[in-house]
Amino acid sequence: MQGFGDAFAAAFALIVGFDADLVEIVALSLRVTLSAVFIACLIGFPLGAALAVGRFPLRGMLTILVNALMGLPPVVVGLGVYLMLSRAGPLGVLNLLYTPTAMIIAQAILVTPIVAALTRQIVADLDTEYHETLRSMGAGRGARMATLLWDGRFALMTAALAGLGRALAEVGAVMIVGGNIDHVTRVMTTAIALETSKGELATALGLGIVLMVLSIALNALLMGAKATSERMAHA
Amino acid sequence: MRFLLAAALFATPAMATDYIVVQSTTSTANSGLYDAILPEYAKTSDTQVRVVAVGTGQALRNARNCDGDVLLVHAKAAEQAFVSEGYGVARHDLMYNDFVLVGPAEDPADTQGLGIHDALAAIAAVRAPFVSRGDDSGTHKKERALWADTDTDPTDDSGRWYRETGSGMGATLNIATGMGAYTLTDRATWIAFANKGDTRILSEGDEALFNQYGIILVNPAKCPSVKADTAQDFIDWMLSPTGQSAIAAHTRDGEQLFFPNAE
Repeated sequence: MQGFGDAFAAAFALIVGFDADLVEIVALSLRVTLSAVFIACLIGFPLGAALAVGRFPLRGMLTILVNALMGLPPVVVGLGVYLMLSRAGPLGVLNLLYTPTAMIIAQAILVTPIVAALTRQIVADLDTEYHETLRSMGAGRGARMATLLWDGRFALMTAALAGLGRALAEVGAVMIVGGNIDHVTRVMTTAIALETSKGELATALGLGIVLMVLSIALNALLMGAKATSERMAHA
Repeated sequence: MRFLLAAALFATPAMATDYIVVQSTTSTANSGLYDAILPEYAKTSDTQVRVVAVGTGQALRNARNCDGDVLLVHAKAAEQAFVSEGYGVARHDLMYNDFVLVGPAEDPADTQGLGIHDALAAIAAVRAPFVSRGDDSGTHKKERALWADTDTDPTDDSGRWYRETGSGMGATLNIATGMGAYTLTDRATWIAFANKGDTRILSEGDEALFNQYGIILVNPAKCPSVKADTAQDFIDWMLSPTGQSAIAAHTRDGEQLFFPNAE
């Protein structure tokens, strides 16, 4: 049986050897995931804020829906996006299936509800706190949303990080819409699935360790940026 | 800053000039066949060959949706149906190998050396754990046909001694190794598989275990998106003496994995 020792040796060899294929796979993972999270934030921040302070019909229903969609299984998202982007699907002419763009779309769909739901909670809490102040200043709803989002920007980073974790870890969606094509759509998680199916468990686990290291580094980087900007904001 | 980052992330380097998508069975990809032969093809063509490796059943469905230019699978009856329904232009024999029955070294059903039908009957008789792909792949179709020949319907015992994983060959082999179960696998995946544990080949060599691979051009009349010329060029190369000898030259641990037999 291949054990954890072999896995750490494999991970070490992969990192130290600076394997060209590994670099390509890591780069694509980052490109897909960061793009997806960026899009999810563009949609999720205003959507969450609107759900928190907006007054419109079906707001309650929509809030429940967004919260529920946080648990969307990646493989279902993958299947849905596949059916849309397939040549036989409504968006087939765009020729996006089996491209990194398709993977970004799938992950953005997966992550947007997470960002939106967490944003709604953060903004709603801030709104309770500052409601009177903002009202006395005569701020309209749009201005209130913008002010609260800006005020909650450090907390919102946590929402983005939660989305990042989800996108970096999922394999179901990118496997279906990307196809795990070597040098084109192979990312960390699909490479791990492939190595597992080859029975190369040590290599698979080694890649998993690399992914963990990457995730820790990314989180540390963003938390560091958050701490620095918080200090500057309060200085 | 953030927008600069995003712009950098979205910027895609110019993609390779031309590419085709091959919807493929997993055994060819998992055993490293494409890694071995595609560099050879690259010497004669600028076309990038993008391989999507899924089970034969899913490959056929994806190709029916026009999501591929070439189909490379191993389920002759299903392939012929694909062509006769107009989804494929023509089917060509490409290469073959064989299926093997693998199982735990202790061999609780005493299948060692039996013909495949007797071996399966012995497994059913003692209700020894058997792992089935259960995913409509080429290997799964073959396994069901073999069971049908034995007049046993193991799916009656699905969830008991007969376990359907609904997964790829590699995942199924991992499960068989993990629980000491029997399973049917193509020989190429088996030879290349690294997590064999105590699992061994127990029944092999039966005529019924023959495994033919076919290659098909997806029909541009049904799927206008098919890059017929470049895809046909790849198929022609695979069937040519050069392509066939590249297939024959691919070995793992000194064993040849696929035997070319294009006409």
